[in-house]
Amino acid sequence: MTAFADGSGLPGIGLVPGWLTTAAHWWGPHGLLVSLREHVVYTVVAVLVAALIALPAGLVIGHTGRGVVLVVGLANAVRAVPAFGLLLLLVVTITPKIKYTHAVSWLVSTGGVPYVVPVEIVLVILAIPPILTNTYAGVQNVDPAVRDAATGMGMRGGQVLRGVELPIALPLILSGVRSAVLQVIATATIAAYLPFLGGLGYLIFNGLPQINDPNVGYPAMLGAGIVVAALAVTADLLLLGVQRVVVSRGVSQRFRTGVAYDPNEITKRVGVSPANA
Amino acid sequence: MIRFDAVTKRYPDGTVAVDELSFVAQSGQITVLVGPSGCGKTTSLRMINRLIEPTSGKIFIEDRDASTVSRTELRRGIGYVIQQAGLFPHRTIVDNVATVPLLLGQDKKKARARAVELLELVGLPAQMAKRYPAQLSGGQQQRVGVARALAGDPPVMLMDEPFSAVDPVVRAQLQQEFLRLQHELGKTIVFVTHDIDEAIKLGDRVAVLQVGGRLAQLATPAELLAHPADAFVAGFVGRDRGYRALGFADAGYLPLTDEHVARVGEDLRAASYVARDGWALVVDGDDRPLGWLALGGLPDEALAGQVTADLLNLGGTLASEAGTLREVLDAALSSPSGRGVVVHDDGSFAGTITASEVLVRIEARAKSIRPPIAEATK
Amino acid sequence: MNALWQYFRDDQSEILGWLRTTLWLAAAPVVVGLLISLPIGWAASRFRWSYPPLVTIAGLLYTIPSIVLFLVLPGILGTGILDPVNVAVALTIYCVALLVRVVADGLSSVSDATLAAASAMGYTNRQRLFAVQLPLAVPVIGAGLRVAAVSNVSLVAVASTLGVAQLGSLFTTGYNATKHGSTPILLGLVLFIVVALAFDGAILLGLRVLTPWRRAVAAR
Repeated sequence: MTAFADGSGLPGIGLVPGWLTTAAHWWGPHGLLVSLREHVVYTVVAVLVAALIALPAGLVIGHTGRGVVLVVGLANAVRAVPAFGLLLLLVVTITPKIKYTHAVSWLVSTGGVPYVVPVEIVLVILAIPPILTNTYAGVQNVDPAVRDAATGMGMRGGQVLRGVELPIALPLILSGVRSAVLQVIATATIAAYLPFLGGLGYLIFNGLPQINDPNVGYPAMLGAGIVVAALAVTADLLLLGVQRVVVSRGVSQRFRTGVAYDPNEITKRVGVSPANA
Repeated sequence: MIRFDAVTKRYPDGTVAVDELSFVAQSGQITVLVGPSGCGKTTSLRMINRLIEPTSGKIFIEDRDASTVSRTELRRGIGYVIQQAGLFPHRTIVDNVATVPLLLGQDKKKARARAVELLELVGLPAQMAKRYPAQLSGGQQQRVGVARALAGDPPVMLMDEPFSAVDPVVRAQLQQEFLRLQHELGKTIVFVTHDIDEAIKLGDRVAVLQVGGRLAQLATPAELLAHPADAFVAGFVGRDRGYRALGFADAGYLPLTDEHVARVGEDLRAASYVARDGWALVVDGDDRPLGWLALGGLPDEALAGQVTADLLNLGGTLASEAGTLREVLDAALSSPSGRGVVVHDDGSFAGTITASEVLVRIEARAKSIRPPIAEATK
Repeated sequence: MNALWQYFRDDQSEILGWLRTTLWLAAAPVVVGLLISLPIGWAASRFRWSYPPLVTIAGLLYTIPSIVLFLVLPGILGTGILDPVNVAVALTIYCVALLVRVVADGLSSVSDATLAAASAMGYTNRQRLFAVQLPLAVPVIGAGLRVAAVSNVSLVAVASTLGVAQLGSLFTTGYNATKHGSTPILLGLVLFIVVALAFDGAILLGLRVLTPWRRAVAAR
């Protein structure tokens, strides 16, 4: 079976640019703009919650060195569980138990809360491992000499963590956040499989039963997919920009005057290797 | 001053890193802890600022028991310099140096200004203040490390092999400047190294530790070279002890021989008249020695030209009148003419001396300081 | 536990068919992806100027959500949306996107000193690549391969939202049929995890066989 009942496959793709440039497809209750906003909301909430959990945990684990095995095991385990299956399991088990069906301002439509909770739970579970592993790895990778000097100078444990280890680990931490954001944006598309929920996946699942319709069928599905990809790329570039601003130049080794000192091609160890900046 | 009182460090698996170590590091002096790997020197150092806690025994800093003071307060009053500098890569070097003053609550502007002063003190120009550690060479990073340790103006400094990670030329420079700095500042310094030559060069007193953390000998470098306490110390201090000990003997009175000298631009023939044994010393306008001229055995035709710089033999070190016997002996041994060149304080030519004359001087001195043999052997 | 086994027995042949599809959908892309990534990753590590563009493109490909690829490919390949081949190709693209960087980093991780020694002993560049560089890069590449394989397995499940028949169909069946509820979903989860762990274990075993020197060091 091809995309269109008449047996031609390619015309589906050809219709997409036209579809994307039609204003009607952007505005409206399930237009691209609304779906985009919903998608961003699902993503931001999940990443924020995951960061709230994973950042402190990763910092403490990296600083004290305890609990590493647990963390690594957890991260690997999560990767083995299909998010989609987990989502449906949660929906089948806990959604019936949630009785709150009112809308939440512009964030969630009426009836959506019982379904958005499992979605957010799954997205948070997905986002935690990259943030957690990158954070603890970043802190652990700090040059032991730097840590020793900081303690020897009279910095307390918390001061060492906040003032020394965290800034040096920042590149890895931010790259973990970026990784998490990308995963969540991709997976949040599935949210629309559930009733009352939106996001860019809505246009995809809505289009499936009417796949030949030029307005809401294959072109719409593809158009929404492209917007998801564009959103992912934009978010990645945004966070890259944030990284460039926030990370100290001494760590990323982007110097205004001169370059990093590098005699005889022996790279100096000053904390974080440029490769994982 | 720092006093170790029967300090022991024993690890749970039974290894004894430091064994009943007792000694005093005098105020205003550099006390060097030296010994082979596993002798507990670094462990002992790190017990002073409580990065490691002793299993038993006490450490007193200015007569205060270190264990009664809070660790962070203790450490903020002690300068700590380590081998790899441990500079914070995410901060500029001026902010690195200002770390302890800021920890102690000083005003940011003042702390930074003081930091720049300290950078200049260790030989780094103020323009480098805004650079990051990654932009500095190893030697420069070590200087920043020292400046950082000095920033809080601590009376005590702990230094753990601070010059071991740089190449020998840079190391010699750093050692020289370190001595100059200490001459100005007079801190109480405990210095750890595995290099006995560095210990002898820098230490006012040297503590030689044995594997297992036992003190083998605590003495001045001269004493260590002249009278090693046992076979271990003798072996550790190494060969050439006699020769190296000369580095602590002032030249004193030297039987110098005056010489007629030649100058650049003179006729070679004229120079050949002042040459002795075929060699003439050439000096500049201020009477400073430039090199030796080999004139012996040359046929008459070769003496046609002038004395020029490229004809000079530059072998041969210069010894200062006020220097050590070691310098003088080396000047005599390295001179191509066999006559060592000795200069005044201002660098101008003082006279020459032969190796055998120096040896006579050395033996005379040795005899005058050798203790008489006990009468009990009679 | 019993309920799961019972459910399995009830629809045994269908579920086994799904399992088979899932297995090759998870395995083939990894293998093909690795084969494609090896030359590309080698080029990225050998010609340093090509590393940033190649890795950036790979990164971009990886950011494209799976569903999007599942949708775009039918148009390009001329297959239907429900065709498992779409999923296989999409997953291969993901594997390549992930493994190019891993292969490049793995080959680059071999120390210059080792490579110089090999050349000095008389290895040609080609011999050196296969006899020295590649074997030493195996641990890094293997770690990336494990991640790729396990992530792949989860991605296969997503395809069931579009109707592609594989183990993920257990999820949609359970969700849509009010009678069975959580049982098929749990069964699906269990089977997916088993498949993922099986792949992980297989790669781990392969790694151990290919890197006997690491075992020797660990045993010391």
